[in-house]
Amino acid sequence: MGDFHNPDSDLDRFRFRLGFAAIVVLLAFGLLIGRFVWLQVIQHDFYQTRAEDNRIALIPIVPNRGVITDRNGIVLARNYSAFTLEITPSRVPNLEASIDALATVIDIQPKDRKRFKRVMDEAKNFESIPIRTRLTDAEVARFAAQRYRFPGIEVKARLFRQYPLGSVASHAIGYIGRITDRDLGWIEEMEKQANYKGTDHIGKNGLEQHYEFELHGETGYEEVEIDAGGRALRSLKRIPPVSGNNLSLSLDVKLQQITEQAFGERKGALVAIDPSTGGILALVSNPTYDPNLFVDGITPDNWKELNDHPSKPMVNRAINGSYPPGSTFKPFMALAALEMGKRTANQTISDPGFFNFGNHHFRDDKKGGHGTVDMYKSIVHSCDTYYYILANDMGIDNISKFMGQLGLGQRTGIDLGKDGASETKGVLPSQEWKKQRFKKPEQQKWYAGETISIGIGQGYNSYTPIQLAQATAVIANNGVMFRPHIVRHITDAKTGEKRIIEPQPIRDLKLKPQNIDIIRRAMVGVNKEGTGARAFAGAPYESAGKTGTAQVYSLKGADYKAHSIKQELRDHALFIAYAPADKPTIALAVLVENGGFGAQSAAPIARMVMDYYLLGKLPAGAAQEDAAAVEDDNEE
Amino acid sequence: MIDIPGTLRRGWRELVAHIDFPLLLITMAIMAVGLSTVYSATFDGNERIFSQAGNMGVALVIMWFVSRLPPQKLMSFAIPLYLLGLILLIAVFLFGIKVNGAKRWLPLGFTRIQPSEMMKIAMPLMLAWYFQKYEATLGFKHFFIACLLLVVPFALIAKQPDLGTALLVGGAGFFVIFFAGLPWKVIIGLGAAGAAAAPMLWNVLHDYQRKRILTLIDPTTDPLGAGYHIIQSTIAIGSGGTFGKGFLNGTQTHLEFIPEKHTDFIFAVYSEEWGLLGNAVLVFLYTLLIARGLIIASSAPTLFSRLLAGAVTLGFFTYAFINMGMVSGILPVVGVPLPFMSYGGTALVTLFVGIGILMSIHTHRMLVKK
Repeated sequence: MGDFHNPDSDLDRFRFRLGFAAIVVLLAFGLLIGRFVWLQVIQHDFYQTRAEDNRIALIPIVPNRGVITDRNGIVLARNYSAFTLEITPSRVPNLEASIDALATVIDIQPKDRKRFKRVMDEAKNFESIPIRTRLTDAEVARFAAQRYRFPGIEVKARLFRQYPLGSVASHAIGYIGRITDRDLGWIEEMEKQANYKGTDHIGKNGLEQHYEFELHGETGYEEVEIDAGGRALRSLKRIPPVSGNNLSLSLDVKLQQITEQAFGERKGALVAIDPSTGGILALVSNPTYDPNLFVDGITPDNWKELNDHPSKPMVNRAINGSYPPGSTFKPFMALAALEMGKRTANQTISDPGFFNFGNHHFRDDKKGGHGTVDMYKSIVHSCDTYYYILANDMGIDNISKFMGQLGLGQRTGIDLGKDGASETKGVLPSQEWKKQRFKKPEQQKWYAGETISIGIGQGYNSYTPIQLAQATAVIANNGVMFRPHIVRHITDAKTGEKRIIEPQPIRDLKLKPQNIDIIRRAMVGVNKEGTGARAFAGAPYESAGKTGTAQVYSLKGADYKAHSIKQELRDHALFIAYAPADKPTIALAVLVENGGFGAQSAAPIARMVMDYYLLGKLPAGAAQEDAAAVEDDNEE
Repeated sequence: MIDIPGTLRRGWRELVAHIDFPLLLITMAIMAVGLSTVYSATFDGNERIFSQAGNMGVALVIMWFVSRLPPQKLMSFAIPLYLLGLILLIAVFLFGIKVNGAKRWLPLGFTRIQPSEMMKIAMPLMLAWYFQKYEATLGFKHFFIACLLLVVPFALIAKQPDLGTALLVGGAGFFVIFFAGLPWKVIIGLGAAGAAAAPMLWNVLHDYQRKRILTLIDPTTDPLGAGYHIIQSTIAIGSGGTFGKGFLNGTQTHLEFIPEKHTDFIFAVYSEEWGLLGNAVLVFLYTLLIARGLIIASSAPTLFSRLLAGAVTLGFFTYAFINMGMVSGILPVVGVPLPFMSYGGTALVTLFVGIGILMSIHTHRMLVKK
């Protein structure tokens, strides 16, 4: 107790404790200073960056997408500016109520709200998000008058993709649509994420997809100072976007349009190629669809209608439809025989109207047969028996080897869709193919009897129209094959410089001139005196062709009567052709699904295409070819 | 003849008779820094500089009055002030109104008051009076009673909950007991017991208080919630660098990233704009203030005035250290303003009552001796 009483020692103790307190104060302040040095000197750069990140937002400026024009400069895909109604969520206190109020001024459908919600979930707070696109002038005016009621909601001009010709060439051009997760995967794979900030559309197929990274352009940025609430306060820096590159096509949209009209209601495809370059002149798949429907996200109703329609308008038959070539296969067979020394042009057979192999009886189309047939006649009059025998003599692997050289059963590498993924391969039958195709050993074996019908383009044969067109172009070009392409040159948006897509030779088949000459003369004969003569009667240019009819349905020996069987089981009509015969500038393949005889429904379309392409002559009427009298001539 | 200059001189002398100029200069310097920072924090929004200047004027007048009260007079306020504060705190506990989830205010019909603020002064006053009264017979019993006098208001305030004020009140009381000679053994023993009781204390803490401690350990666990304050204020301080971004140029401040930027987090604003150099100046000014207070305590003539001066001075230290510590992220966020800097009239008045007490003790010491 004594400790507490001595005043002097009390004072000493007090002063000691004051000193102790002073040391604690100095230590504590020293600790603070140490903390400040740590934050402000040692970690300064880190916090400096954090403060800048806080302060500055990069707002992407989406570039104009490149324009697509046909070979004559006609615009096929462009951008137009339209008014959209956009909401910046961070600046709208009560979003639901504001949208409800907005709906009294401007028509806002539940689907608009749904789309807005979805986009908002993915976007940043300070971005403005469209709730309605393509406002009419009246709507813009109505909103402007009431604008004061809607802070944070603005009318903005945005660019939209438009396909001015609507459904024309839609399968070639493709369309753009909103970016999905799968598209994001593609963007990441291509390491283009940075350039797609702010972009909400991407090419979904066709040229729009294949040339996506040419068309897109470089995204610009605006550096904007923002506050803690995400409000943009002022612009610090602006890097303008660079517009996407423009595509100029080899495709002639007028030709395309005429062809599509020629198909009318019929399903089918036509591919026309410039044989000396591989440039695509027309790529038709009928029926078509309107790509404009997809730009803002297709409505479920429209999608259902397109997708469920029995004629499958969404399928690009030109590159994804695979069909037996029928008799159009014969010139290729004949060429193979000449090149492999299995036949000479003058070798003849005697055609009794059938060919027996084992127990099988292969019929010729012409009852009683064609009599004595040499190679020329076999092509001009499309003699089946000649090719039954030839196929049997050659064997499946020889046929397969040569047809593979012509590009049949292989992807052509056309510039549509994503590389490699968009085209159908078709079937080039061979022993190896059968082994791969089937699982059971008894099915894997190739039977010699199966080779016979391969000779007339039936059996397992199945090729896309573009493969047939390309093979025809190879003959027209004396054995040199080019990769088909639709884009002729790309115009750089920055420099205005034209980048020509050089014709890309795939291979030279090194055909003997005398052999190719025999085939070409025979194909000219087809259009002069054979199965194509009616369709090409009176043409002022010399053309070469070959008709074909592909069986969809095996008749099992019964007679084929077009009108007695269902439409979808009727034969496909085919025609391959090129012109002018001496110096071809166009080679094509036409397919009319369930069209019956090739001479009857496919060849007239080819004639129309060539008349327009070579002469500039427009068809007299769309239904011309139907009006032509049908005659049971010696077609196949 | 009326000697006008003489009258004026005598009047002036009388006016400043109880003013301690070193203390006044130091506080004025800190207030000048504070006022300019309040300006920077609020000029582009809700302007606060004039009302803060008004608060300062009122606080200075109150300081002047308090400085003229002799320590004996101050002693006579000890019991009434303490009892009034205690009754009001109990009233708050029973009838208080909740603002932001904490029951701190007592409605008085025309206005409402925050009694805990008063305890910041009443507590050291009461304990200093108590030790003075039993100076001759001071024993363990008195320390025990002093602790009780401390714990009851502390618990009532902590319960509101207002941890910041509770710490300041508890701190002020503890400093008195400490300077009165609480044996080291007991201090160390209490410290050890406190450390052992920490897990139990954890259970007593409110959710938001626990969250603050957790976010101190790792602010990034809740970057948009409880961690936001700390993250943004450390970014402000760190990005200020050595020399600062310059007056009115703090981006964190002016783009509204700093919360409560003119009150509890004003230090982040200052630090961003003036950098490490500014911080050093400010800490130096606080050190001068505390040094002056400790000198006054050391030369005070009575136990009462020694204890009171020491506790008030260390109270300023507690304020400044807790505030700068929390804003720079080494202490949890508790509601403690930065003395003489933060905007707000009530806190300023309390602080200047403290300054007035120090001045009174210092300028009346000779009179006591006579």
